[in-house]
Amino acid sequence: MRNISKIAAARLTGRGGAEFPTAFKWLAVAKAKLEKFDRPAYIICNATEGEPGVFKDKHILRYFPGEVINGIRIALEELGAEKAYIYVQRKDLNTIKKRLTPFIKKLPIRFFAEDGGYLCGEETTLLEQMEGRRPEPRLRPPFPTEHGLHGCPTLVNNVETFYYISQIVKDEYRHTRFYCLSGAIRNPGVFELPIDLTIAEVLKKTKNIPRCKFFLQVGGGAAGEILLPDETNRPLKGAGAIIVYDRAKTKPQELMTRWIEFFFKSNCGKCAPCREGLYRLREELKKAKPDWLMMRAILETMRDASFCALGKSVYTPMLGLLEKV
Amino acid sequence: MSKRFDLIIDGKKVGAEEGETILKVAWLNGIDIPHLCFHPDNTVRANCRMCLVAIKGERALQTACSTLAEDGMEVTTVNPAIKRDRKFNLELIFGEHVEDCPVCVWNSRCDLLKYRKQYNSKMLRFPDRKTKRPIYEFGPIVFDQTKCIDCRNCVDICPTEYLEVEGVGSDIGIAPSMDRKKDCIYCGQCVVHCPAGAIKSQGEYGSQAALENLLKQKDKTVVVQFAPVIRSSIGEEMGLPYGTIATGQLVAGLRKFGFHKVFDTSVAADFTTTEEAGEAVKHIMSGKNLPVFTSCCPSWVRFIEYNYPEYIKNITSVRAPEIILGGLAKTYWAEKEGLDPKNIFMVSVMPCTSKKFEAQRVEMKINGLYPVDMVITTRELARIFLNKKIKIANLEAEAADMPFGDPSGAGVLYGASGGVMESALRTAYFRLTGEDLKDMDLFKEVRGQAGIKRATIKLCQPVKTGRGECVEIKAAAVNGIKNARIILDELKQDPKKYDFVEVMACPSGCAGGGGQSLPVNEQIRKKRIDALYAIDRGKKIRLAHRNPEVIEVYEKYFNTEEKRKNIFHTGFGQKPKTKIISRKRTKADGALHE
Ligand code: SF4
Ligand code: SF4
Ligand code: SF4
Ligand code: FES
Repeated sequence: MRNISKIAAARLTGRGGAEFPTAFKWLAVAKAKLEKFDRPAYIICNATEGEPGVFKDKHILRYFPGEVINGIRIALEELGAEKAYIYVQRKDLNTIKKRLTPFIKKLPIRFFAEDGGYLCGEETTLLEQMEGRRPEPRLRPPFPTEHGLHGCPTLVNNVETFYYISQIVKDEYRHTRFYCLSGAIRNPGVFELPIDLTIAEVLKKTKNIPRCKFFLQVGGGAAGEILLPDETNRPLKGAGAIIVYDRAKTKPQELMTRWIEFFFKSNCGKCAPCREGLYRLREELKKAKPDWLMMRAILETMRDASFCALGKSVYTPMLGLLEKV
Repeated sequence: MSKRFDLIIDGKKVGAEEGETILKVAWLNGIDIPHLCFHPDNTVRANCRMCLVAIKGERALQTACSTLAEDGMEVTTVNPAIKRDRKFNLELIFGEHVEDCPVCVWNSRCDLLKYRKQYNSKMLRFPDRKTKRPIYEFGPIVFDQTKCIDCRNCVDICPTEYLEVEGVGSDIGIAPSMDRKKDCIYCGQCVVHCPAGAIKSQGEYGSQAALENLLKQKDKTVVVQFAPVIRSSIGEEMGLPYGTIATGQLVAGLRKFGFHKVFDTSVAADFTTTEEAGEAVKHIMSGKNLPVFTSCCPSWVRFIEYNYPEYIKNITSVRAPEIILGGLAKTYWAEKEGLDPKNIFMVSVMPCTSKKFEAQRVEMKINGLYPVDMVITTRELARIFLNKKIKIANLEAEAADMPFGDPSGAGVLYGASGGVMESALRTAYFRLTGEDLKDMDLFKEVRGQAGIKRATIKLCQPVKTGRGECVEIKAAAVNGIKNARIILDELKQDPKKYDFVEVMACPSGCAGGGGQSLPVNEQIRKKRIDALYAIDRGKKIRLAHRNPEVIEVYEKYFNTEEKRKNIFHTGFGQKPKTKIISRKRTKADGALHE
């Protein structure tokens, strides 16, 4: 439990985007493991990273493979887990495998490759897919920490989270995170910087202050929030993406269409508001003069009623763009 | 005892039990929270999102069907945001559903229309997006994707996992399985569990015109028979309370429509019982081909034929009642009345979709004729009555026609799970002991709605077996194919575990059949069944073999073994996978908006 206390003291939160306190998750798995002592526990490292504008996991796996494996090793030991899986997109499997294998050695770490897509960022969807079912989210409770892979206690953390676990345990954590910068800037890329920097400071430090009139999408390139320049005096939340749009060159309807196409392709089809809502939004956006009022009603319904975060999250960027730009 | 506690729903204090969902607690307290994908017979999937409620202290709305009630919880089931969400959600759902209400199994009484009114949803806000989707036809089942709202109730209830989810996102669709290992057994459970009326049986609702045409043909004698449970469920679409016994009014209604003769399938059930008990006793005594499986449920027979052919030999060769009645009408009765069997047209009113298939099996032919020419469901008959303004509630009760008009109590039990078994045991008792059963509740263990009802029946002196003092019958009455699999697994482990097994594919037996009116749930099925047991209790003759008609026909007509075999017995065999036809919706499918 010593390491869990360290993680708790470092106030590490999940870096997949949901920002759930990591130590809570670990404790929940540890507790479930005590209750279900006859069952194995599993560790899953999620490396699917399916959202536009988010590409930090690949960066971490490329430059710090040893740290990530070390983080997984710590989890295996601390939680007495039987096996760990690294869930990667099928197309990335070979590259990632080559990089990580030298560090895995005798550790019980396996790869799991599928074309899971964006929705597999959601833990229970990922679990469904790993168990060979349709990639769709599960009802919660029960939570994966108690009832995860094959009904066993399961810890799902993201690549970046494992990277920082390694740092925390080695007492090297400096309260940083990875920022993915892209869009209308000169110096795009992945940067590791302190967590509490404001977005404006991140832009400045990475020499990316836009010279055009701009607005931002932060968190992720589909579900991320829309910010105007005067709203950048706060730290970044969510999945670490900062995307800069040139106001003069960005046509809102086109941008919306891009998002909706992305969500439309990514949604699983399980729940009515998301499945049907995205279909109708997409149809509406094909029109020269979309009915914005009706779209707003659909978005509100999707936000309130969708089964999982995918459907709920479409509202934020869309309304941001509608109202601010 | 699980914990009880109080919570507040819409300002009202209500009691709940640990493990109950908000939806259930609300329902028990007369608060109707809209729901489409929830069905009490199924698992909770929470994918329609209609049942959203607000819970004090929680930021987001929650689905009542999947959220457990908790001590002290404060729930609001309607507020402006919830209203808006339900309204638009329903409009989105209407956009994937072609409305063809006049020919829909719900007959405009579905929840979609109910909520549409409550939430002022516009049916036509969005143009129907699925009009070009396929309509699948397999066996007696018609599955219409253009109406499907993707709730997956059918996928969940289908006992053979024959219905599968295909595609992702908006392209998702439910379709029959191409997997060679799976086949439809025609039980129609998908039909009665679909909130959107996307599934029905072949011929719904074209039977009225066909019948009216027939009745115009001078040379035809059009005979109708009605299954046991029709008498306690026909009233449902006609405003009568659930479980109303309406035998006499039903007969009057059938006559009013114009049928020339009205027979009661329950009388044929008495024949089935008499034969089947004889056969079962023979097997039990000789120990051959045990256990004996019942054959009255064509879905069960089909399930064995396709999935467990090694057990085909265990299915009793005795035909199902509706077939026997058809056979008797076209032989014994035709002779008696001086009619040409070819001019007798036999219609059966059945709670069942599978019977449409059974009637057309070549194995059922007698003297080259199909015993039953047309099968209509309870729903179809109700629709005919409604269309013809035949209000059975207002009709004077009439008796069905003799010689097939007056069943024993046992014959009526066929509509309930365990009923075939109980009837057969009553008669087997006589066969084994030489005495008539006096305690009519002796076999009550096989009654009720439990999935599997096991009973060991020990009959001692005076048993005329010549094989010791006592004989023991290990019986099981199984309700639902999912439970039948359990029994079959048990038999694989221990082939001697049972002697006599009744299986009905539908929950609660035919009372919950796929041809019955919608909606259906455990309470409704129970009421339909309770009525049948009440009829049995009220009958003077409660043993099949004591039905005077049965005795008379056996004496007068079945003087040769050959005649008996010809009419009462048949054989079964392995069958290929059902052909699946895929077609597009046409005008003939009757949509409201084009
Ligand atoms: S009729 Fe029965 S077996 Fe066939 S698809 Fe429907 S539920 Fe499944
Ligand atoms: S056919 Fe009916 S029960 Fe099946 S998924 Fe569609 S709407 Fe639901
Ligand atoms: S249980 Fe009855 S209604 Fe259901 S398929 Fe069998 S015979 Fe038909
Ligand atoms: S009834 Fe609760 S989500 Fe469908």
